[in-house]
Amino acid sequence: MESGGDLFGTGPQAVFLGPGADGTGFRAAVRRLAAAAVPPERVAWSVGEAPGLFGASAETTDAPPLALPRGVADLVARVVPHRDPERYALLYTLVWRVLHGERRLLEVSSDPLVHRLERMAKAIARDLHKMHAFLRFRRVEGAEPERFVAWFEPDHHILEAAAPFFVGRFRGLHWTILTPEGSVRWDTETLSFGPSGRREDAPPSDGFEAGWRDYYESTFNPARTNLAAMRAEMPKKYWRNMPETAAIPGLVRAAASRTETMIERAPRKAIKRDPVRAVAAMVDQAPDSLDALNAIIRRSEPLVPGATQAVLGEGRVGAAIAFVGEQPGDHEDRQGRPFVGPAGQLLSRAMAEAGIVRGDAYLTNAVKHFKFEQRGQRRIHQNPTAGEVSHYRWWLERELDFVAPRLVVALGATAVLALAGRAIPVTRARGPAEFGKGYAGFITVHPSYLLRLPHGAKDEAYAAFVADLRRVGEFATTLAA
Amino acid sequence: MDEALAKKLRILADAAKYDASCSSSGAPKRVAGKGELGSTTGAGICHAYTPDGRCISLLKILLTNYCLFDCAYCVNRRSSNVARAKFTVEEVVTLTVEFYKRNYIEGLFLSSGIIKSPDHTMELLTRVAKSLRRDHGFRGYIHLKSIPEASPWLIEEAGLYADRLSINVELPTEMSLERLAPEKNGTIIQNAIQQIGERITQAKAEKRRFSPAGQSTQVIVGADATTDEALMRKSAHLYGSFNLKRVYYSAFSPIPDGSTILPLKSPPLQREHRLYQGDWLLRYYGFTPDDVADATEDGMFALDVDPKLAWALKHRSHFPLDVNRADREWLLRVPGLGARAVDKIVRARRHTRLRLEDVARLTSGLKRARPFLIAEDYHPSGGLTDRLDLRARLADPPKQLSLF
Repeated sequence: MESGGDLFGTGPQAVFLGPGADGTGFRAAVRRLAAAAVPPERVAWSVGEAPGLFGASAETTDAPPLALPRGVADLVARVVPHRDPERYALLYTLVWRVLHGERRLLEVSSDPLVHRLERMAKAIARDLHKMHAFLRFRRVEGAEPERFVAWFEPDHHILEAAAPFFVGRFRGLHWTILTPEGSVRWDTETLSFGPSGRREDAPPSDGFEAGWRDYYESTFNPARTNLAAMRAEMPKKYWRNMPETAAIPGLVRAAASRTETMIERAPRKAIKRDPVRAVAAMVDQAPDSLDALNAIIRRSEPLVPGATQAVLGEGRVGAAIAFVGEQPGDHEDRQGRPFVGPAGQLLSRAMAEAGIVRGDAYLTNAVKHFKFEQRGQRRIHQNPTAGEVSHYRWWLERELDFVAPRLVVALGATAVLALAGRAIPVTRARGPAEFGKGYAGFITVHPSYLLRLPHGAKDEAYAAFVADLRRVGEFATTLAA
Repeated sequence: MDEALAKKLRILADAAKYDASCSSSGAPKRVAGKGELGSTTGAGICHAYTPDGRCISLLKILLTNYCLFDCAYCVNRRSSNVARAKFTVEEVVTLTVEFYKRNYIEGLFLSSGIIKSPDHTMELLTRVAKSLRRDHGFRGYIHLKSIPEASPWLIEEAGLYADRLSINVELPTEMSLERLAPEKNGTIIQNAIQQIGERITQAKAEKRRFSPAGQSTQVIVGADATTDEALMRKSAHLYGSFNLKRVYYSAFSPIPDGSTILPLKSPPLQREHRLYQGDWLLRYYGFTPDDVADATEDGMFALDVDPKLAWALKHRSHFPLDVNRADREWLLRVPGLGARAVDKIVRARRHTRLRLEDVARLTSGLKRARPFLIAEDYHPSGGLTDRLDLRARLADPPKQLSLF
C-alpha cells in the first residue's frame, strides 16, 4: 500500500498502517511526513484490517531518521500498542509540536495532549502489568519435556511487548501464550509469534489448580472483607481466565458468619498440656561445649567458596593465653590445623624465644576458611573483607567464651577488627588493649607481616615481635596473680 | 497435587495470613539464565487479589504452625486449639516451584512456628531457600521471616539466599511484649534487627549478596494501648537506626480460638490505613516525627481526615501556597498533592504558568488541595483556609471501613 494524496499540495495525506501495534510503520510514516513538513491536521490515518499483516508495515520511506528527544521516542513506543484508533494522530501531533518550537513539551504534563498521551501510556503499562500478573499457565498433560500453555485476553495490542517478561522468567521452560490477536511460543531458545488462538487450544485444567484455589481461599481473611478494593485491582473481566476466582462467591457469602463465629466463640481451654519441658529445652539450643561449636563450624560452608575445610582453633580449654590470627593459609587449609605454615612456624619460634609454650596456649583465626586467588598452580592468599570478618565473628566470640583465656592476643589488623568490632591501626595500638570483653587484650603484628619485610628490616621487627610476646607472657602471669 | 499435601497447604496458609506483608519489591532486577527459573522486577507483581482486597504476590505459608511460644495475639500460640501441620523442606520447595511455573506467584514468603528450638527452625527455613537456589536454579523472590532467638550465624546464612529478611517487632513496647508474648524479648529482637541491618549495609559496600531487598518488620496495632504517635516514633527510630525498608502495621484481627487477654474489639481498619499514611509522610514527604505527632490529637490520628490534611488544618497560616512559586518541600505539605504530582508541577511550571485546570490534570486530589492552593487564575477567596467548617467540608463521609 502506498501513501496517497498530493505531497506538496494542501489535500489530505493518507497513511495506512498495519493492524495491532505497527511501530515500524508509524515511525516510517512520521519520517516521511516530517520530511515533507505535512502538518498533523492534513494527515488521515487508517489502520489496515487485512489478515496476515501481523507486525508488518505498509509504510516505507527513504527519509532520514528524526532526532527526537529520548522521552518522545519512548512515549511513542509506549502508546503505539493502545487500541484507540486516534493514537497515531495524537502521537504525530506531539512529534510535530516537539519539532516546531516545543522541544521540551513532555515536561509540561499539564498540557492536554501530553496529559492524554501519558494516560494512554499508563493504560498500556497497566494492561502489560495485568497480563504479567494474571496470566495462568496450564501444563500440557503427558508432554515431555514439560510444556505450558496459557490463554489470555489483553485489552490492547501488547502481545509483543509482553513477551520478553515471560522469556526472562521462564527461560528454562517450553511455553505458548494464546490470545485472540496472535500467539507467541518459546522453546527455551527462540521466541516465535504466530496466528491467534482460541481458549479451547489451551489445556482444560491443570493438576495444581485445585491446590492453588485452596491456597487462595485459605489466605483470605474474612474479618477484612473489602470487595471494592479487590475489584479495583482485579477487575471482573479478568476473572474468567483465572482459576482461583471461582472461589470468590463462596468466600464472600461465608465471610460474615465466619467472622461472627470467631468473635463470639469464647476462647477454649487449651487441649494440649503445656509443653513445659520442650519450652525449657528450647533455651538450651546454644552449643554447650567447644566441641559442639566446632562441629557446627566444621559443617558450615565457606562464605567465599574454595576452601578445603574449616580450620578450627587448637589448644586446651582454660589456656591462659589465646592467640587470634587472620585466616588459615594454604598449608593450614590442606592440613586442617592453624599456624602450621611459614608464618605459624615463625610464631612458634618467637613464642619459644619469649618463653611461651605453644602447647599451653590456644591458637585460632578470626576467619575459619582460607580465601585465595588461584594463579596457575599457586593459591595466593587474599585478605578477608570487613563483611567476612563480621560473618565469622560470632563463632570467634563463642569460641573464646568456651576457652575463657585470661589474655587474648590479636595478631594483626583482621584479628583486631574481629575482637574490637572496629578497625584500629595496629602500629599505633600495639601493646595492651581493651576489647570490651571478659578478658584482657593485647595487640601486635601478624607473623606473616615479618615474612614480607625486606631483609634489612626483618631482624629488628622480629626482635620487637619477640619482645611483644615476652610482655604477653609477663602480662598473663600478672593477670593470674 | 495429593490431598495430604493440599490439607497441609490449607492449614499452613491459613496460619500465615495474619502477617500483613506480601510484598515482592526491592530486589535487584534479575532474569533467569539458561535452564533457570524465575526473575524479579523491582516493584514486584500482585498475581491475584482476595476478597479482602489484599494482594497475593508470594506463596505465604508457615513451614509449621506447631509452636512452643505462647504469644497471645497469635493464632498459632502453643495454647491455641487450631489444627496443626508441618511441611517437609521438599514439600515447600515443590509447591513454590510448581506454583511459580504456572505464574501464580512471584516467589516464597516463608515463616514458621518455633519447633524444637529457634536454631532448628531457622535451619529448616534456610534449607528451603538454599534448596530453591541451588537445586532448582530458582531466581524468583524469597522472603524469610527470621527467628530473632536463633543463633546469629544462622541469620548470616539465611541472608545469603533470601531477597528479604524480616523480624517482627510485634509489639511496640517492652511491657506489652512481656504481657502478651512471654517468650519474646525486646532486646533480642532489636539485636537481631541490628545485626541484619549492619550486614545489609556491609554487603552492599562489598557488592556481596545479603538480603538485597533489605529488611522489614511488622507491628501489631490495637492489641495494646500504644498510641499512633508512639507507633510513628517507633517506626522513625527503626527507619533511622536500622535502615529498614518497610514497617508494616497490622490491625490486630479476631482470630479463631482467640486468647482471653486480648481486647474484645479489633481496631477499625481505618486506623491501620492512617498509620500507613503517617508512615509515608515520614519516608517520602519530609515530615519529622514531631511533625507527624503534630498531626494527631492526643496521640491518635483522626479517622475522618488523613494525617497530612490534619497537619495542614492545624497550620493554616502557612497556606495558601502558590503552585507556580512555592518550594517543592512546601508543596509536599499540601493535602491532596502526592509526591509525583508535586514533581510534575515543579517540572511543568518551568515552561508554563499553571492554572487550576492544569493542576487538575496533575493530581486526583484537587478537592482537598484547592483550599490550600493559589494558581495563575485562582485564589481561595474569602480566606478559605480560615473557614471554621473547612475540616467538615474536607473530611471523609462518616462511613468507616468496617469489618463487613
